[in-house]
Amino acid sequence: MSSLTFVVLFGVSYGLVLALIAIGLVVTMGLMRVTNLAHGAFAAIGGYVSTGLMTKAGVPFPVAIMIASLAVAAFSIVVERAFFVYLYTATELEQVLLTIGLDFIVIGALTFVYGPNIYSTPLPSYLSANIDLGVRTIETYRLVVVAVSLIVIGGLWYMFDRTTLGARLRAAVDNRTMAQSMGINVPVLFSLTFALGSGLAAFGGALGAPMLPLEPLYPFKYLILVLVVVALSGFGNVKSVVGVAIVVGIVETAGRLFFPGLGAFLIYLLLIVLMIWRRDGLFSARRT
Amino acid sequence: MKPLPRSSILSRYRLRPAELLFWVLPILALFLFPKWLALGTLVLVFALFALSLDLLLGFAGIMSLGHAAFFGIGAYTAGILAIGGWNEAISGVLAAALLCGAGAGIIAPFLLRLTGLPLIMVTVGVASILFEVANKATWLTGGDDGLYGIRMRPLFGFFAWSISGETKFLYAFAWLLISFVIIRRMVSSPFGIALQGIRENTARMRLIGNSVIPHLSIAFIASAMFAGIAGAVWAQTGGFVGLGVLSLDTSIDALVMLVLGGLGSLYGALIGAPVYLIFKHFAQQWNPFYWMFLVGTMLVVVVRFTRGGILGVLKATSERVTGHKKS
Repeated sequence: MSSLTFVVLFGVSYGLVLALIAIGLVVTMGLMRVTNLAHGAFAAIGGYVSTGLMTKAGVPFPVAIMIASLAVAAFSIVVERAFFVYLYTATELEQVLLTIGLDFIVIGALTFVYGPNIYSTPLPSYLSANIDLGVRTIETYRLVVVAVSLIVIGGLWYMFDRTTLGARLRAAVDNRTMAQSMGINVPVLFSLTFALGSGLAAFGGALGAPMLPLEPLYPFKYLILVLVVVALSGFGNVKSVVGVAIVVGIVETAGRLFFPGLGAFLIYLLLIVLMIWRRDGLFSARRT
Repeated sequence: MKPLPRSSILSRYRLRPAELLFWVLPILALFLFPKWLALGTLVLVFALFALSLDLLLGFAGIMSLGHAAFFGIGAYTAGILAIGGWNEAISGVLAAALLCGAGAGIIAPFLLRLTGLPLIMVTVGVASILFEVANKATWLTGGDDGLYGIRMRPLFGFFAWSISGETKFLYAFAWLLISFVIIRRMVSSPFGIALQGIRENTARMRLIGNSVIPHLSIAFIASAMFAGIAGAVWAQTGGFVGLGVLSLDTSIDALVMLVLGGLGSLYGALIGAPVYLIFKHFAQQWNPFYWMFLVGTMLVVVVRFTRGGILGVLKATSERVTGHKKS
C-alpha cells in the first residue's frame, strides 16, 4: 500500500513536469509543423539559469523559476527568428538535423559554463520538509509540484479554449492560410507561441530540476521521454498530453521501483508497442 | 547490353572517371601516412556505416535515428564469435550481416508503416532497448566492460593482422569497396529508381501499382546488413566492442557524417566520414564537450547554408566555374 502511494504520487508529480515541458512542444509542433528536437535544450537552460540564480545570487526558488522562464522565452524569440523561420518550409530531415545541431551547441555551452558534472538544485527548507499523508510521508516539494503544474495547465487550458488569443492559435493550427487571410498576423503569432512553448519548457525544467537532475546531456536525456509523451498523445492534441504524461510518469516510477534491473527498458517497450498499435495516439478516437 | 539512351533516368548512374579518385586516395594514404593507419581504418569503417545509412535515408527516404542498432549487432556478433573461438574473419562478418538482415526483416513490416516523428521515435526506441539488453546481458556482452581481446586468425591463412595495421586497413578497404559496388548497383537499378520514387511521392507510387512496403523492407534489410558488416569489421579491426556502439551518439555520428558529405549521392558518405573523423580526432583530444559544440555548429551551418553538404558545395562551385549545369 505504501509503495503504491509512492508510485502514484511520484509518478504523478514526475508526469506533470513532463506534461509542462511536453505541452510546450505540442503547441509549437502542432502550430509550426516543425519537428523540434531542440525543445529539451530550452528546458535545460531554464533549469540551469534558475538553479544558478538560487545558488549564486540567493534568489528565492519561486522567483528564480519565474525569471528563468521569462528569460528563456525572450531568448527563444531570437532563436526562432534566426533559425526556425527557415525551418517552417524545410524538409523534416533538415528540421531534425538543425535542431539536433542546436542541442549539441547548448550541451557544449552548458558544459563550458557549468562544468560536466551534475549541477544539483538545493530545495528550500519549506519544500524539503516531509508531510504526513496518513499512508506515508512525502516531501512537500512533490505536492507543490503537483499543485503548481495543475494550476499552470489549467491556465493554459483556459487560454486555449476561452480567450481570443487561443482562438487565433487554434485557427492558425487548423488552417494557416485561411487564418492569415482573416487578418491574423501569423508570423507574430508564431513567435509568441514559440516563446510560450519554450518558456513552458524552461518552467518545467526549473520547477522539476530537483527531480530531473541537471547535467549537460539533459537536452537529450529527457527529450526522449518528452517526445514519447508527445508521440503517444497524438501530435497536437493538448488535452491528452496530461493523461499520457501521467501514464508515462507512473510507468517510469513503477519500473524503477519494482524492476530496477530493467532500467529504461519498460518505457521504450511501451513506446514501441503503443506507437505501432495506436499510431494516432493513446487517447484519440480510432479512425474508421 | 544495349547502351542506355541519354534521357533514361538510369543514365544518371554511368560510371565517371572522377569516381576512381575516391578509390585511389585511400591507397595513397596507406603509403603516405603509415603512422595513421588506425585512424584510416576507422574512417573506412565509418564510411561504410554512413554509406549504409545513405541507402536507407538518402535513397529510400527512411528517417532513422537508431541505425547504430545494426552496427552494434554486427560488432557484438563478430566480437562474440571471435572470443568464443571462431577466429576466421570473413565468415564472422558474413554471420553478422545475416543476423542483422534477419533482425531487420523481423521489424521491417511494423516499422516501415510509420513515417515522420513516430518513425524516428520507434527507431530510437529499438536501438535503446538493444542498448539496455546489451547492458544487462553481461554473460554475453561483458556489459559495461565490453568485450576485450578480440583476435583474428590470419586472413586466408596467410596475411597476419600486423601491429602496424596494413592488413586491417586493406581489409576494411576491401569491405568498403565490395559493399560500395553492390550498393551502387542497387541504387542504379530499376529497384533503386523505384525507391527514390517512394521517397519523392509515396502515394503516387502506391497508385501506379508499386508495392511500397516490400520495396522499403528490402532497402531496410540491405541497409541493416551493410551496417552490420561495418560493425563487424569495426570489432575485428579495433579488437574491442563496448556499449557505445549501440548508443544514440553512434547513430548521430553516422547521420552527421552523411549530411556533412552530402545525402543521397553515395560519395557523400565517403567524403563526410574522413572530414568528420579527422576533425573529431583532433578536437576530442582538446575537450570532448567543445567537440559537441563544434558538431552542433557544423550541423547548423551545413543545413542552413549549403544544399547537399560538401559534395553539394563542390558541385555548385564547379558549375559556377565551368558556367554550365551538369545533370
